[in-house]
Amino acid sequence: MLTARRLGKRYGEKRVLRGIDLALARGGFLVVTGPNGSGKTTLLRICAGLAQPTEGTIERSATRAQVGYLGHEPLVYRELTALENLDLYGRLYRLSERRERIGMLLERFGLWDARHERVAAYSRGMTQRLALCRVLLHEPELLVLDEPYNALDEAGAELLDAQLAELRRERTVLLATHDPARVEPAASGRLALAL
Amino acid sequence: MTYFRDVGALARKDLLLELRARDTLPAMLLFVVATFVVFHFSLPAHPSKLAASGLLWVAILFTALLGLGRAFVPEREQRVLDGLVLAPCDRSAIWLGKSLATLAFLVAAQVVALPVYALFFRPLSGAAVLGVALADLGICAVGTFLGAMAVATRARELLLPLMFLPLSIPIVVGGVGAGVADSPGRYLGFLALYDLLFAVVCWASFEYVVAE
Repeated sequence: MLTARRLGKRYGEKRVLRGIDLALARGGFLVVTGPNGSGKTTLLRICAGLAQPTEGTIERSATRAQVGYLGHEPLVYRELTALENLDLYGRLYRLSERRERIGMLLERFGLWDARHERVAAYSRGMTQRLALCRVLLHEPELLVLDEPYNALDEAGAELLDAQLAELRRERTVLLATHDPARVEPAASGRLALAL
Repeated sequence: MTYFRDVGALARKDLLLELRARDTLPAMLLFVVATFVVFHFSLPAHPSKLAASGLLWVAILFTALLGLGRAFVPEREQRVLDGLVLAPCDRSAIWLGKSLATLAFLVAAQVVALPVYALFFRPLSGAAVLGVALADLGICAVGTFLGAMAVATRARELLLPLMFLPLSIPIVVGGVGAGVADSPGRYLGFLALYDLLFAVVCWASFEYVVAE
């Protein structure tokens, strides 16, 4: 699903990633760990197709439509409601049963009652739940999750645990976290980045 | 057809955002009307046709710049552009959707601005209004493209006018010409050619603006 060789990234003079090799087979679950500034986010952005490496190569069998990316920002519009945000993404991903899928995800992540509220009125935890709905909306083959537990309360985190355990069987997951113990049961491999 | 459905969804989203936040259109309206009021009181009572036409185009360009400067603000604030870039739609649909929404704001501002201009200075001919309409297309096509480039930089507020104003000189030449010339046809043709040329360039190269 994903193979990287001698991957490196520079921003001007600053090198943020060097010599990364990774291979992630379909159905694999790779946990990326490392201190702040070790390049976890950059690596995940490259793997999702949002950034290009300056050194090395990356091969990804998943197309753009098959990637679900969760970054540090929720990638949703604050002035739109949860329903409007997901509807926009549903249209852009050309989902055939858009409304049903959106309804199901909002229910699952406990946002159904707040579906008509603007995201600006959401707490950080609710926004993160909505971001997870956005990521899962088009049932991506490759999930790239950067600190997905950020801002989630315990109930939200348990919901994500259950979701990841379910996805583990049929999807490929690349997840960066500062709390590897949390995802250890689901993980098939671990990549530790150093400064 | 799916391409135009994507464009429609993206443009509709921008109109909805403006309806909610009311960040752009009221500012454009206030700016353009205030500009005409200032010009009205700071200039001689009856400026020449050419001078009055110049004033109109200064006001139109800077009003458009105000709208263009805010065009990608919602995408920048939440990094939503990453989400749109990852979507499987053609990336030029992002540019076209945003251009259409910006065009709607600019036209809405001009619906108020042009009668105010006619009231303070002189009535506009049909050719002048057609020139404004053609110029709007070019302004929005080029301005949205440059806005997407500028939004990725730290000096975005500075960069957008620096890139946009030189590229808008042909629009001013065509617009002023269409408003004052006895036979405005060639100026209107020039504006239409500018629109076509830059729309194709922006449409074809937008992908490289949003991809890192």
